[in-house]
Amino acid sequence: MIKQARDIPTPVKYLINLALFIIFLVVVNSMIASKTISGYYTKVIMLIGINIILAVSLNLATGYLGQLPLGHAGFMAVGAYSSAIFMKAASALPMFIALPLGLMIGGTVAGIFGFIIGIPALRLRGDYLAIITLGFGEIIRVILLNIDSVLGFNLTYGAASLKNIPKTTTFLGTFICVFIVCYVIHTMMKSRHGRAILSIRENEIAAESCGIKTTYYKTMAFVMSAFFAGVAGSLYAGYLGILNPSNFGFMKSIEILVMVVLGGMGSMIGSVISATVLTALPELLRAFADYRMVAYSLLLIAVMIFKPSGLMGTYDFSLSRLLGKGLSRLPARNASPARKGDDR
Amino acid sequence: MKKLISIALVLVLVLGALAGCGKTEPGTTATPSADTGANATAPAAGGTIKIGLLGCYTGEYAQYGLAVQNGALMYIDKVNAAGGINGKQIEPIIYDDKGDPTEAVTAFNRMLDDGVTALLGSVLSGATMAVVPEAYAANLPMITASATAAGVTYNEDEDLVYTNMFRTCFIDPFQGEKMAQYAKDILGARTAAAITETGNDYAVGLKEAFVAKCAELGIEVVADEGYSKGDKDFKSQLTNINAKGADVIFCPNYYEDDALIVTQARQLGITATFMGGDGWAKVSEYAKAEDLEGSVYCSAYAPGSTPEIKQFETDYAAKYNGEVPGMFAALGYDAAIVLLDAIKAAESKGLETGSDEYKAAVIDGMKNTSSVGITSAYSYDEFNNPIKSAVIIKLEGGKEVFSQMF
Repeated sequence: MIKQARDIPTPVKYLINLALFIIFLVVVNSMIASKTISGYYTKVIMLIGINIILAVSLNLATGYLGQLPLGHAGFMAVGAYSSAIFMKAASALPMFIALPLGLMIGGTVAGIFGFIIGIPALRLRGDYLAIITLGFGEIIRVILLNIDSVLGFNLTYGAASLKNIPKTTTFLGTFICVFIVCYVIHTMMKSRHGRAILSIRENEIAAESCGIKTTYYKTMAFVMSAFFAGVAGSLYAGYLGILNPSNFGFMKSIEILVMVVLGGMGSMIGSVISATVLTALPELLRAFADYRMVAYSLLLIAVMIFKPSGLMGTYDFSLSRLLGKGLSRLPARNASPARKGDDR
Repeated sequence: MKKLISIALVLVLVLGALAGCGKTEPGTTATPSADTGANATAPAAGGTIKIGLLGCYTGEYAQYGLAVQNGALMYIDKVNAAGGINGKQIEPIIYDDKGDPTEAVTAFNRMLDDGVTALLGSVLSGATMAVVPEAYAANLPMITASATAAGVTYNEDEDLVYTNMFRTCFIDPFQGEKMAQYAKDILGARTAAAITETGNDYAVGLKEAFVAKCAELGIEVVADEGYSKGDKDFKSQLTNINAKGADVIFCPNYYEDDALIVTQARQLGITATFMGGDGWAKVSEYAKAEDLEGSVYCSAYAPGSTPEIKQFETDYAAKYNGEVPGMFAALGYDAAIVLLDAIKAAESKGLETGSDEYKAAVIDGMKNTSSVGITSAYSYDEFNNPIKSAVIIKLEGGKEVFSQMF
């Protein structure tokens, strides 16, 4: 008899999650189609989706791997530009081929950059890694700005902005990506690779002495993080239709980092919640006009004072655990509620 | 205890977000800072015409955004005080985009939800270009006072003119071409050099048009130097220019940089005439009079040159605590004139306010406008850019004086 979360077979757990997710998609999508959710809220929801991907992907490098990269906006920019250039060129392709291909290209190019940058950067630790990734992020931005005038062709259009990108990002597309990204990161963190990554965060020297190839796993996590940032960038390009390197500056990286830290480093649900709140908040505070940025910063400060580990700490939400909790309470409480090993 | 506090914090965050939802009715949109007092007495909904005002009212470029807003609101208040249009008051719906294209798009969609009839904005080219395709799809009348990039009204990839989009400012290429023509005709230049901020769309746009026009007019461009945002030392670029020996130096950047460049050029012994675009306004406050002497720039606005402008300056100072209006305020005022004139025309046709035909009529009204603003009379070419002549401003004795129309 199923009394606890661990009694539910894993495929069933995933199926329950998938079903809930599909219900969410269908409900919200039909609400958008019937205009119950207005154009404005649809835009905000899409932006939330993009920011969730960014926060969750940075959480992989910051929360799980324990490094502090400050160049996330650079990967986002690379993904956004490469996918936008592809989408502009591939306007003849049917949408159901062009869109996934564009997202893959955005992610892959960002991943390649993540690899190139990760190899030298991950030799460093802590502050030094932060500074070198910050530097790389700026390099990417400056290259995007000047590559046209230096090499004499029209690719990124530099400061004049890359314009008229097909606006292909929809609510459905964004949230399918959100789901896939969360799923991949979640399952990876539960696998052998994920445990290796966590062990590096806890103690790199101990991990290495146990035979874990730290360089390999660090690079892998970093490249994955860059890949997903590239996917988010591609969605962003299709959302906005215009790209300018100045939108991918240092502050954008910090913005994403704030989401991760506020949500709790190492907590995926934390990243999702804080990305949602921090995206929606400035929009919803519009009623306060001039004071909205003040209110926004005050909230950040309050959270950091009262909950320095972030809203969720390292807690991660698990539907099946919740389900198991409910199950164990239903019948006679003969099965002890001990499931301590089942975190994350 | 700690857990309690953190739960409370989460709740505050979520509730704060939800509370925002409920309070988003248009009534709250009049910002505390804006002088919209005149609208407080506006009649109930149905009797108002909603106009969206979008721009960078906070952040790095707030001074431009606020100037445009002040200018536009001044005219709107004037019309409202005179009884509105067709008995209907104009209700400005003001949203800030911080100059960020992402925020501009969400704020614009918010305006659509609020039911705006027309949009005056945005202020920066990047934010405006992000909004235009969406406004075009909704066929919403739109006018900007300050987005100068050519791409604002014209999509060159698809050879598509955004028919709903108008502006009261020059486009970047226009200024560059005008200054090249001026260098040839008035200054008699045979060689020219350029120094621009490479990351700045505005500066690069002007420079490219200038260089292209120079080639056409037979002026040789001997040096084309660039620098990055935030640079304070331009000696190496200027030394290059000095070595090549140009008659005129085109320096179409923002005024702080221009002032530094001119000062450093004079230190290096460069005597060439400096020329710039409308970003030069107020440059005289940043460099010495003798260094700037003889430099020229083009602008859309000549302070104190006509009785109308003098009247505008007096009214503006009276309304905004003695502030002196600049080009952005004047163009914002003009944009409001062109837009409200078109709305007047649509109202006179007896169409239902806010309907699709009404919006089409407003667009039509702007396209065939004969409005006379304070900086110029307006009419639009096939790309919806205004046909008007540039004002040449000359630096004389540390003052920026009106030289001629060109």
